[in-house]
Amino acid sequence: MNHDSYDDAYVRGILDDVKTIAMVGASANSIRPSYFVLKYLLDKGYKVFPINPGHAGKDILGQTVYASLADVPEPIDMVDIFRNSEAAGAVVDEALTLDPLPKVIWMQLTVRNDAAAGKAEAAGVRMIMNRCPKIEYGRLSGEIGWVGVNSRTLSSKRPKLASRGFQHRTIGK
Amino acid sequence: MSEPREPGFSTLAIHAGAQPDPSTGARATPIYQTTSFVFDDVDHAASLFGLQAFGNIYTRIGNPTCAVLEERIAALEGGTAALAVASGHAAEHLVFHTLLSPGDEFIAARQLYGGSVNQFGEAYKKFGWNVVWADIDDISSFENAVSDKTKAIFIESIANPGGAITDIEAISKIAKKAGVPLIVDNTMASPYLCQPFKHGADIIVHSATKFLGGHGNSIGGLIVDGGTFDWSAPGKYPSLSEPCASYQGMVLYETFGNFAFAIACRVLGLRDLGPALSPFNAFMLLTGIETLPLRMQRHSDNALKVAEYLKAHPKVDYVNYSGLEGDKYNEAAKKYCPKGAGAVFTFGLKGGYDAGVALVSGVEMFSHLANIGDTRSLIIHPASTTHRQLTDEQKTKAGAGPEVVRLSIGIEEVADIIADLDQALEKI
Repeated sequence: MNHDSYDDAYVRGILDDVKTIAMVGASANSIRPSYFVLKYLLDKGYKVFPINPGHAGKDILGQTVYASLADVPEPIDMVDIFRNSEAAGAVVDEALTLDPLPKVIWMQLTVRNDAAAGKAEAAGVRMIMNRCPKIEYGRLSGEIGWVGVNSRTLSSKRPKLASRGFQHRTIGK
Repeated sequence: MSEPREPGFSTLAIHAGAQPDPSTGARATPIYQTTSFVFDDVDHAASLFGLQAFGNIYTRIGNPTCAVLEERIAALEGGTAALAVASGHAAEHLVFHTLLSPGDEFIAARQLYGGSVNQFGEAYKKFGWNVVWADIDDISSFENAVSDKTKAIFIESIANPGGAITDIEAISKIAKKAGVPLIVDNTMASPYLCQPFKHGADIIVHSATKFLGGHGNSIGGLIVDGGTFDWSAPGKYPSLSEPCASYQGMVLYETFGNFAFAIACRVLGLRDLGPALSPFNAFMLLTGIETLPLRMQRHSDNALKVAEYLKAHPKVDYVNYSGLEGDKYNEAAKKYCPKGAGAVFTFGLKGGYDAGVALVSGVEMFSHLANIGDTRSLIIHPASTTHRQLTDEQKTKAGAGPEVVRLSIGIEEVADIIADLDQALEKI
């Protein structure tokens, strides 16, 4: 598939479908983008498993950190990769050894590895590259408009509020 | 299944950023006239202050009504994000505060709104920000002005008041070569007539007071981030590329990617300098923008007819309107503003200063005032008003010689606009 742009429906379908996410390269440093995204996804109700060999056994935001994808004790719906484009290839190889396979592999903003994506897609895994799930969630829920970002979406429907009210929107059905 | 399609300009002008209110279902954007927003708990507050969650804290930094305006203009300009502020001057100020440190330089076209000339040339001296002037009629003057201290280039798409059309693409090439962002003030054209990001601009600013609001009732300014500039060069733009002390060492360009500039203007500039837009004004400006395409076309169509009328009038010496065939900027206008050359232009009266005074006194429908971009037709004689303090030589250099009259053509019936000028010219 074309990885230069994604339909909103494709991204929305993924964010709506996955429940468990393994985040490779999650940081314990509260000013790093991977920490932000971890915190945001937890807040949106996803179960997130931080993967970081340097922090294995410790926890980040209350979640136990694992050294590798294989150590995660539950089926992983989505692998979210915070590594550089080259290193992402090995992460995809590792993800493709999981049983069951993840439904989705997501590479963060600036991360793109087309060869690895081809392998994953051949195995039936949906791919997203060079995107951030926090930004995409914020865009599709309308939250990102609060910081003036062009969501590139138009809708005449009310935004959906999460149970905690106005400052929390959801893309859930 | 049909292919996804991009909404057109008129659709974006009405819908971008504005879903029905989630709490009440209100279809028009509500005016959230509040200073502050409650937190759910301490952790939510910490996430908001730490920029980890999207949300509203305090109207000086962001407000849901202002946010709709921000997303609307970002969509209309084709940018990644925007920031609404109290005035066009505030927009310029936050842009330069984000880009410059004391001792830095920026290059600006001489052909600018007089208020910007004062801001850059006088007020910024106190900050140690040094403007170097260049001339849009001599593109090499921009190249020659580049130094190792240059941090930005600033131009207007259609220059106020003379109506000159700037060669954005040529100047964008110079900015790219110098490794600095090109800032375009798109106030006079509005995104309906000119799309600066498509021609290589990196940042757009607006006085929303003018055509965007369009009804002469609210002051406001906008900054739009094109998402095109790479802020990563170490030390060059420290607000974006260096750890930010007031956010625990966060690096903004790493965290916010292609909308980092708009975020920096908000979370540093607006937070610390304070020129927030009122939610009420944001609502007025939003209402104006819904009809921008209709108004802007009518402004331009009317202006062309009035310019043609004046050009044929025996008491008129010359007309500077780039929409006129044969005008010095007509070719550039066809390229950058193909739907029309805007509402504002100047012309010269054979009778000089006294004729200018007589004309502004003699009009009955035109309003004699110092704004542009109103539904109403506006007139001003710069030599006796805005440029009164200058010497005759300075007036002429500024395009405000004793014979010059500036018009901002409104959207009334064009026959009535021409009739008013006709009767006033008769009395000179």
